[in-house]
Amino acid sequence: MSSPALKITDLKKRYNNGTEALKGVSLTVPAGDFFALLGPNGAGKTTIIGISTGLVNKTEGSVEVFGHDIDKEPELAKAQIGLVGQEINFNPFEKPIDIVINQGGYYGIPREEAIPRAEQLLKDLGLGEKMNVRGMELSGGMKRRLMIARALIHKPRFLVLDEPTAGVDVELRRGMWEYLKKLTSEGLTILLTTHYLEEAEQLAKHVAIINKGQIVANGTMNEILALHKDSNENNGFRGGKLEEVFIQLTSEN
Amino acid sequence: MNTHRLWISFYTMLRKDVVRMFRIWVQTFLPSVITSSLYFLVFGTVLGSRIGEMQGVDYMTFVVPGLVMLAIVTTSYANTSFTFFSSKFFARNIEEILVSPTPPWLMIAGFVAGGVVRGVITGALVLLVSLFFTGLSLSIHSLFIILGFAILTCLVFALAGLVNGIYAKTIDGINIVPTFVLTPLVYLGGIFYSVESLPSWWQAITFSNPLFYLINGFRYGFLGFSDVSLSLALTILMAMVAALIAINWYLIRTGLGLKQ
Ligand SMILES: Nc1ncnc2c1ncn2[C@@H]1O[C@H](COP(=O)(O)OP(=O)(O)O)[C@@H](O)[C@H]1O
Ligand SMILES: [Mg+2]
Repeated sequence: MSSPALKITDLKKRYNNGTEALKGVSLTVPAGDFFALLGPNGAGKTTIIGISTGLVNKTEGSVEVFGHDIDKEPELAKAQIGLVGQEINFNPFEKPIDIVINQGGYYGIPREEAIPRAEQLLKDLGLGEKMNVRGMELSGGMKRRLMIARALIHKPRFLVLDEPTAGVDVELRRGMWEYLKKLTSEGLTILLTTHYLEEAEQLAKHVAIINKGQIVANGTMNEILALHKDSNENNGFRGGKLEEVFIQLTSEN
Repeated sequence: MNTHRLWISFYTMLRKDVVRMFRIWVQTFLPSVITSSLYFLVFGTVLGSRIGEMQGVDYMTFVVPGLVMLAIVTTSYANTSFTFFSSKFFARNIEEILVSPTPPWLMIAGFVAGGVVRGVITGALVLLVSLFFTGLSLSIHSLFIILGFAILTCLVFALAGLVNGIYAKTIDGINIVPTFVLTPLVYLGGIFYSVESLPSWWQAITFSNPLFYLINGFRYGFLGFSDVSLSLALTILMAMVAALIAINWYLIRTGLGLKQ
């Protein structure tokens, strides 16, 4: 009955310079899922996310967000998604509180409603003390958390995070994962890309591995781990296994 | 998005830009006030007394509308070209709007509104400064025409600045047009002189300068007469608005140069 959070069908992308970033990708993120999209640098993860969120034009294929086609109903599709992009993309001269409130405005949320919500989000993400400093004064991890607060201001049903923990130290990374886990338990669907495979292995229900613009594995975490080519199954052990599958699937030849 | 939400989004973009321009007023409002003060001092007070009258009014009275127009044209253009360019190029915070359900036409309206507000405020400030040099005398023939021309001119140059901001690939790309196209057109568009005082070949060139009509239409609002008929000036202004909206519409459809 309920449509998947994201349904990508036969998606192709050729950039203006001729790079074939996606060569026919199909992918479904079920509603309520915690979905990890993994792949080496340049595999096409950011391109998939860019197309799904309206930042990049696709060449071919179709994308639906909770049943809304991004070409036919772009506004309805966009209203469902919150994006935490790979690169820092807020104005460093603006204050975190204003950045989050204004983002609410772009979604049509009036200020009086956005202000308390923004304050709460920033507090929840440990930025309560930093709401009124300029964005440039935040540390790397704080910037990332500001971007998470910004992505949640309109209460999206689907949160997309592109390498949210890159450059964030271990302690804070753990805190961030806890926060994301709490959000999924409240019904939010999450799609993320990451380099930290052990963490993905512990958190994600579904995994897709992409290499050179093509999906090379896609399934539940257990299905993917079952691809592990090691006869000495050691069921108690989870950690490092995903990494080995990943390397098997994405290495040359 | 329903109308109410569209309105909130528009208000958010405009409010943010207005807050920004007031926060950095030294960069946004002060330059025009200073340069126009210098013009009033040099052309109005020092040279003006030697020039005497232009089209039957004293030179200072003649030159004020032109200098207000100069401020309006340059600041409304600079506002949209710079804010659009910097939000796509430096911090890439234009993505905040692109991922939201705010439709592209509304995004354009938000940027343009910021340019119009800055142009109108700057124009008003320059006019205020002129009062100091004219000894508080200001002739107003029709406030309606003055405001109409001011706002429509802001609209034209905010739209044009946006086109520039969209096409610019480097920061130099937003300085070239103002320096090599806009400034010459404004200066040669009859700010400082009446076209009657020109040799006929130069008059002919002046008549093909769109800025000439805007400046003269605006001046009509103050003095009640000008080098061209009001209806011709208005027609040209409207044609420019229409042409620029068409260009921006085309740019929206092709992704505003923002999406790969
Ligand atoms: N704007 C762009 N123009 C041209 N090529 C690009 C652009 N963005 C990404 N690419 C190329 O597309 C491929 C996929 O990139 P990307 O989606 O960023 O991968 P990932 O996020 O998995 O590291 C890479 O080969 C990259 O160089
Ligand atoms: Mg990437």
